[in-house]
Amino acid sequence: MTALLSVTGLRKSYGSVEVLKGIDFEVKAGEKIALIGPSGSGKSTCLRCMNFLEKPSAGDIRLDGERVGVRPGGRGDSERIMSDRQLAPQRAQMGMVFQLFHLWPHLSVLENVAIAARKVRRLSAVEARDLAMEMLAKVHMSHRASASPLELSGGQQQRVAIARALSQKPKLMLFDEPTSALDPELVHEVLKVIEELAAEGRTMLLVTHEIAFARDVADRVMFLDGGVIVEEGLARDVITTPREPRTQAFLKQIRH
Amino acid sequence: MNSLDPFLIILQGLLRGAGITAVVTFSALALGLALGFALSLFRQFSPSKLLHGLIDVYVEFFRNIPALSHLFILYFGLASLGFRLSSMGAAILGLGLIGAAVTCDIFRSGFKSLSPGQTEAALATGFTPLQTIFTILTPQAMRIALPSLGNFAVQLLKDTSVVSAIAAPEIMFYARSMVTSSFQTTLIYATAAGLYLVMSLPLMQAVRMLEIRYGRVK
Amino acid sequence: MINFFQPYAEYGGEWLPVLLDAMLKTTLLSISAFALAVVFGLLLWFCQASSAPSLRHFASLYVTVVRGVPLLAVLFLLYFGLPGIGVTFDAFTAAMLGLALCFAAQVAEVFRAGMMAIPKGQREAALAVGFTPGQCFAFIILPQVVRVVLSPMIVTFVSLLKDSSLASLITVDELVLTGRAMATEYFLPLQIYIAVGLCYFLVAWPFSLLSRRLAVR
Repeated sequence: MTALLSVTGLRKSYGSVEVLKGIDFEVKAGEKIALIGPSGSGKSTCLRCMNFLEKPSAGDIRLDGERVGVRPGGRGDSERIMSDRQLAPQRAQMGMVFQLFHLWPHLSVLENVAIAARKVRRLSAVEARDLAMEMLAKVHMSHRASASPLELSGGQQQRVAIARALSQKPKLMLFDEPTSALDPELVHEVLKVIEELAAEGRTMLLVTHEIAFARDVADRVMFLDGGVIVEEGLARDVITTPREPRTQAFLKQIRH
Repeated sequence: MNSLDPFLIILQGLLRGAGITAVVTFSALALGLALGFALSLFRQFSPSKLLHGLIDVYVEFFRNIPALSHLFILYFGLASLGFRLSSMGAAILGLGLIGAAVTCDIFRSGFKSLSPGQTEAALATGFTPLQTIFTILTPQAMRIALPSLGNFAVQLLKDTSVVSAIAAPEIMFYARSMVTSSFQTTLIYATAAGLYLVMSLPLMQAVRMLEIRYGRVK
Repeated sequence: MINFFQPYAEYGGEWLPVLLDAMLKTTLLSISAFALAVVFGLLLWFCQASSAPSLRHFASLYVTVVRGVPLLAVLFLLYFGLPGIGVTFDAFTAAMLGLALCFAAQVAEVFRAGMMAIPKGQREAALAVGFTPGQCFAFIILPQVVRVVLSPMIVTFVSLLKDSSLASLITVDELVLTGRAMATEYFLPLQIYIAVGLCYFLVAWPFSLLSRRLAVR
């Protein structure tokens, strides 16, 4: 089976600081991959490069074989990074869930989920609404469809944000530390939703600090440190019996 | 005859008013700051509801009526009762009283933006309420208020042009008086505008520096 | 005290319609100037946010000049000064134009600050679902900016309303000029100027209250 997402030679620098120093990996359709690592390891940056919210300094990202974010150069013309406008159709194929939810406070919960279907995928108002209700049901938020995001708890907001991403019918879901900003008692409800999505066979790339969750839900785990992938393998292997000393040190630290 | 001559004559004429513009600006600024700060203290920290009400009325009254209207009341209105203010006196008093209402609000929002924890920590340390207000809260509120106060000063400098309407001899007053004696009105008013701009620029630069220093600009 | 209020009882009937008429003129001037200021201000804001350096420089120069020059000087220049180089406006137009030109800078600043109040994540989330920058602005950013901006815009309007009094000095027969004419006619400057002040208050205060109610947090 060919990869749905393939990343080769991904680098990212801010000024003279190189945050990502050459990352290569592949995600097959239906696969769930967890990115773990200490803060500052570059894992969020790496995830944000997938849909070009962060513009990579170098590298090649392909979704379903199509080069993301870069137009091939013509003869004698060097390749060029796409504008946000040109990127829009590619981004629409990836659903993203942010650490801080970023729901749009001027729209109701339902509108938050329906608007992309309406304006990006150009569904009719009725279709978009039905789709949004269906997605809200998936995250168990149907009962708050008409609420304002500002009235919701963090866990509820994050579930709506997941529904918003699902409404794009994305080929790939990107999760950027979806539970890091939540109060401890709200983490579970969000993880449960993500787990249910995983069980549907969705393709996911997930940056997380929830090690036990990564072990149980992900197929594979990549451990990032200092801008490189230090270790990667089956989730259970990497987390229960890490080979690399750095991985061992990180996991030991996080358990205490 | 040099072609610059008419411009220099105009500039010379206008500069006669620049001193008065500066005096009115600084005096009204001083009055406005002192009174506004005192009002903000009473409004923020006095327990008297009556006092709060009175200060609110004062602020609303001065903030919702044009300066020109206040100046006419002070200068023409009071004279009819026998309180004859000089045009300078009316100008400084009028702009100063309006300024007090403006700065009262500025200081208050400074105080209001401090977390209650600041007061609690100070009281817990053993400061008296007055010590808390003056040694802990005021310096922090001042810092927050500084950029807004700077903007207020720039606005005040420009607003002094209005006092020409009650014959205070500042820049616009001379500009208007020259116009009656000459037909170079375009040049006269353009020069007057330029003169204000030159006087405002250092103030505006200072405000910018305050904003950068105190983090309003990224 | 009796002496002070007595003229109101005596002449109130004569003054009221005249003042109401002048109030209408003041309000009309303020609203039309404000509408124009919003248009200029939005253009200025687009210049500031533009990627073309020349537009940005123009905007910053404009803001600096307008912030440093008194409205009165602008009004005199437009009304008395421009005829000297062959451009003539009637007093009302000159006042409207002068107010709009000066307040455009404030409007632009209000919008700029409103834009900065919208967290960066809002835009990122919009781009992530596949919105183009134009859609992101229209559906996500602008509606939120409008909300944030409402209260300071009303404050701006109240400032403009007060400053419209300067139009009296270029012969627009709004409240203050009407007041001056009445003061000469009746020799009751105190009572008349207080009445004029109250007229402004009656228009301005409700807006001030509204702006506070609408203030975001």
